[in-house]
This record gives sequence, structure tokens and C-alpha cells, in this order.
Amino acid sequence: MDTSNHPSDRINDAPITLDAPRLTRATPLLRAHGLFKRYGRIVAVEDVSLDVYPGEILGIVGESGSGKSSVLRLLNLEEMPDAGEYTLDLPDMRGVNLFTLDRFQRREVALFHIGIVYQNPHLGLRMRYTSSGNVAERLLVTGERKFATLRQAARDSLAASEFPLNRMDDPPRVLSGGMQQRVQLAKAIALQPRVLLLDEPTTGLDVSVQAAVLDTLKRLQRERQLALVIVSHDLGVIRALADRVMVMRDGRVIEAGLADQVLDDPQHAYTQQLVHAKL
Amino acid sequence: MRLLTVTNYTKSFYVHHLARAIPAFKALDFVLDEGQFLLVSGQNGAGKSTLLRCLFRTYLPTSGSAIYNSRHGEIDLVRAADTDIMLLRREEIGFVTQFLRPRPRISASELVAEPLFAENLTLDEARPYAEKLLSDFGVKSDLWGAYPTTFSGGEQQRVNLARALIAPRRLLLLDEPTASLDAAARDALVRRLRELKDQGVTMIGIFHYPNDVRSLIDGEIHLQGENIEHVAD
Repeated sequence: MDTSNHPSDRINDAPITLDAPRLTRATPLLRAHGLFKRYGRIVAVEDVSLDVYPGEILGIVGESGSGKSSVLRLLNLEEMPDAGEYTLDLPDMRGVNLFTLDRFQRREVALFHIGIVYQNPHLGLRMRYTSSGNVAERLLVTGERKFATLRQAARDSLAASEFPLNRMDDPPRVLSGGMQQRVQLAKAIALQPRVLLLDEPTTGLDVSVQAAVLDTLKRLQRERQLALVIVSHDLGVIRALADRVMVMRDGRVIEAGLADQVLDDPQHAYTQQLVHAKL
Repeated sequence: MRLLTVTNYTKSFYVHHLARAIPAFKALDFVLDEGQFLLVSGQNGAGKSTLLRCLFRTYLPTSGSAIYNSRHGEIDLVRAADTDIMLLRREEIGFVTQFLRPRPRISASELVAEPLFAENLTLDEARPYAEKLLSDFGVKSDLWGAYPTTFSGGEQQRVNLARALIAPRRLLLLDEPTASLDAAARDALVRRLRELKDQGVTMIGIFHYPNDVRSLIDGEIHLQGENIEHVAD
């Protein structure tokens, strides 16, 4: 029996609509709603919404130019959207749309509550300072001035990101790519933020180094109950790390779901192409 | 107590580049009480694994409902929010598959212990349970600290079983767990399943050799392409 014309088979036309959460008691730590961002005539982000719960990893996948890195810059409060709301479920901040804050308040929120790791370590690090100095710098801005305290905090943070401490005074420019990413990570978590944003954190690293960095991320996320957003075009990385996935194309979210579901049973034509291109 | 009520459950895969839906199963109805063991049988390609993956929501069902009586209340697994499915996977529903994708650089004992971290156990607290289970399944102790990425297929399978069966679950979906196991490991597995069933764990399983688990089976659902031939309860 040919059922291909049966309406219920055309899942691309009428996919199941999921209910709102009913069992989950937790509230999302990070919540962004209706983000829009254009650069001149280019619409980079169009009506993107996302929730991330404590201890959860959200992956954002898509090709270059899909808008995934733009979303991350908005979440890092580096850029302002043309429209949208962004809230963090943290004391003193509940219900505050972070985009309505002034520049100094935004900087403070980003500094204390949001860590970021870039694909390109030059964006996140001073390549000629010592690695420990790079991490300590994050603490200096909080007003801490005692050398011993700063150094100990830098050491703790580098240890948490599994950086070899015998090299903590080497500048990033003499370190391998994997170690540079660990310095960035140490800097990102130095002030114990609850939100960690990762922009292609392991792209360009050797496969074995990549695996080790991913393990560190997974452990940190679990231990600190971080809300973690990782942007990557590498579906292997997303599969290894993410709980849920959002697929972006031309600034829009075209599919979202559990990571294994999106990768193993993609609904949208574009996601099917993306997943099959990988294999 | 009724644990699962599956009604008019249908799955087809719409493949865009073929512009065609590939049916897996259609209009399934079955119910399952707590502590029951349901065998899923049928030819290769009849949709047995697809059924289990739909219940786990690795695949998105096309229509129908699967009302699951969770500790937190009743929920339709077809339409449950992703975050609710994640909660159920952490606490209540386990998937035992023959395919293991071990993360590189994680030792066998840590991989097996990992599901217990969600129960707030530390690695040191969870390790003895992991090692006991590895030993039950016949994984030699000198392998416990090694990386399963380097293991043989049969060894990986045992690690996978230990991992899947370590944390307490109310509903287990078993996708050919006995495939590629030797007789001793198969016996260990069946003993473990018997223990779990006695504790009230509900199971839905695909077995290449159903005789391995004959004494556990309470009902059978036979898939035949899109149609079910027979459902026994």
C-alpha cells in the first residue's frame, strides 16, 4: 500500500507540535526571545528564541553565515539586537531584559555572569602576556589587587580547565592550540559565571586534543551546573557534547530538538542534507 | 499499575531528497503494566528498533500517543517537551543499545559510572558499583581503567550494557542487548534482567534469540512492515 500521500506521513508539512514543559520544575537559566539583528541590508538574526536550563548544553549548528555566531555575540552582550529580550535567572536580575541596561551595566553582567571562548584565541587572549596573567586580568577588574590572591585564583582556574600548571607563566603565543583554548577557558570561568558561551572552541585542533578539551568542558559543565551554549559546524562535536540542538540557516532557526533526535531523525530538508553530508 | 498506553502510534520517515515518506510502523496499540516484559518481534526492517527509538524520542513519532505514567505525573511521550524527555532519560527511562559510541579518553569504569553522577554520586562513590557490574558482565579487571574506544566489539557491548543498567530505571528499552555476547555474558545479562524485573522494572525488548529471555516475557508485539500481525498481552 502506498501511503506517501497520506497526510500524516507528510511530517515535513505537519510535524508533531511539542507541549510546553510539564514535568520539569527547573526554570531556564538563560532565556532569549525574539532576537532580531541586521547589519545594513543583511538580516543576520531573525526571530531567534532559546532557553537553556542549568546544567544543560545547547548546540547551535549551521553553515558559515547562518547567524549562529551573531546569536552568540548577542548573548555575550557584545552587540545589541534590533529587537529582542534576554534574561538570566540569577539573583537581582530576574525579569530584567539585559538589552535595556546601559553599556556599563551590560559590561558588568557579562563580566561576572557570562564566560566566552572564541575559536580564535587572539580574540580572547593577550598573546604576549603570561597565561596566568591573562586569567588574573579577569579578576583585576573586580578590584582584587593582592598578588598572591590573584595568582592563586589564576592557578585554580587553570587547574580546573586542566591546563598544565608548570606552563602557567608561558605566554599563549608559545603554547599549542589546545593549550591556548584551555587558557581561554580558564579566563572564561575565572569569575565562576553560570553561563558559558563557546564559539567553535575546538575547530582546528587535532582530533585527540579536541576530545580532551571536550571532556574538560563536559566535566566543568556538570560540576558547576553551567548553562552552556556551543556554536559549531562540526556535528561530531555537537553529538558528543550537546543535549539539545538548534539548526540555523539564513538567520533563522529551522529546526530544534534533542541532539540525538535532530541528528538521527532530522525533519527539515536542510537538516537532512547537513546530517547526510557529514556521513 | 498501568505504566504505558500506546495508541495509534505511527512512524514514517519523510526523506526530502526522495520527496517520499518511508513508513516504519503504523497505528500500533498496546499497553504495558509496571514490571511487565514486552517482546518486540518481526523481520529485519519491520520497525522494531524504530519503535524503541520513538519511545525514547531519538526518533520523532509521526502521530498517535504514548501516555507514560511518570513519577512526576502522566505525560505523552509523543508530544512531551524536550526538557521533559531529558528529565525522564535522567531518571526513569533507559535505552540499552548494541551500539556504543564511547567518548574518547574516558575509562571503562568512569563511562559505566557516569549515569550515577545524575544521582549526585561522585566518581569515587560510583566506581565500586561500576566495577561490580563490569565484573558481572565478564569484563576483566585490567580493562577497567582502559579506554573502551580500543576494546573489541564484544567488550564494548558489555561496557555498554553495564552503563545502561547501572542506574535505577522504571522503563528499559532493550535493543538486541544479547547480540555479539558470549554465553557467559548472556547469562549474566539475563540474570540482571530477571533481578530488575523482580524489582518491578518494566522492559520492552528486541532479542535476536528470544529463547534467551523466554522466562521473562509477559507479552509480545509482532511487527510486520506497517501492520501488526498479532499482539499478545
